[in-house]
Amino acid sequence: MDDVSSGRRVLVIIPAYNESESVADVIAEVAREVPTASCLVIDDGSRDDTAAVARRAGAGVLHLPINLGVGGAMRAGYRFAAENGFDVAIQIDADGQHDPGHVTDLLEVLADADIVIGARFAGIGDYEVRGPRKWAMRFLSSTLSHATRTRLTDTTSGFKACGPRAIALFAREMPAEYLGDTIEALVIAAKNGLTVRQVPVAMRERSAGVPSHNPVKSAVYLLRAVFALFFAYARPTSGGTDR
Amino acid sequence: MSLLSYILSVAAASVTLLIVIDMLRRNRLRERHAGWWLVGGGLALAVSLFPQILDAVADLIGIDVPTNLVFFVSIALLVLVCIQHSAELTKVESQVRTLTEAIALLEKRVRDMEPQARG
Repeated sequence: MDDVSSGRRVLVIIPAYNESESVADVIAEVAREVPTASCLVIDDGSRDDTAAVARRAGAGVLHLPINLGVGGAMRAGYRFAAENGFDVAIQIDADGQHDPGHVTDLLEVLADADIVIGARFAGIGDYEVRGPRKWAMRFLSSTLSHATRTRLTDTTSGFKACGPRAIALFAREMPAEYLGDTIEALVIAAKNGLTVRQVPVAMRERSAGVPSHNPVKSAVYLLRAVFALFFAYARPTSGGTDR
Repeated sequence: MSLLSYILSVAAASVTLLIVIDMLRRNRLRERHAGWWLVGGGLALAVSLFPQILDAVADLIGIDVPTNLVFFVSIALLVLVCIQHSAELTKVESQVRTLTEAIALLEKRVRDMEPQARG
């Protein structure tokens, strides 16, 4: 299972919670677009048959008996990647909103970075948000751009590629909290001196609905984002209480 | 204070303390969680046996109504216990998380070793 161009072993990690309807298509598409990569679905305590569907579709499956959230699922995935000697781990959502066709773009940029984010607002596609949610995303991207010393426009994207140093770090430290897998993970990466880059990607229509434009929900989102960011910075660097 | 209310307060404090000690004895409560309850029960027993302690302490720190001191100390104790429980819960959650990951990784290894278990 080698990435032909560079000899890197690539693992595609798909965190899935009750995604039995879309996960098989995503797996098939990953196999078509990135045939050299291994595919691992993290079944995050689903109540449907996500794990069985994913196994039939030919993916490896980590079945978490308890729902841990995206951060929890991803730490399990990074652990698997670290234990099994993968050089690159790519996170793709199970609902089909990410186009596996962009994986090669991410891999290309990963040659000189530790983390590459597939960003939704960087020019391609027509994904758009308004109001408090937009302010929240603006605030997050400016703060995190400063922290990582690069221009980031979409810090909450779940489409990411991680190199060996990021895999080793996230296998140890990946917060299970709300927004921990995106915002706090980036702060942790910055604190540990990892380089972050972004690549513009187009987003597809989400099978599980559209981003919320409810102003109250968006305001709550803004508050929780600020909260998450504050504590991400305030935490001691050594990694906290996760182990 | 009437004799009845004196007996009632001593009995309430004693029963609380005895319950905590009995639970400790039966391993239903671990020592590290019981600390605050022992402190609270002990204080309650001391104050119910010798109410003049309460009056003296309240007078010393300038609280006009001694009962308010009881409320203050009780609420402070409850808040501390709640914070401790939240911290313990957080720790238990992160332990559960680590175990969940370990189980998932092991389950995959077992499955990969036993092809007939697939499906």
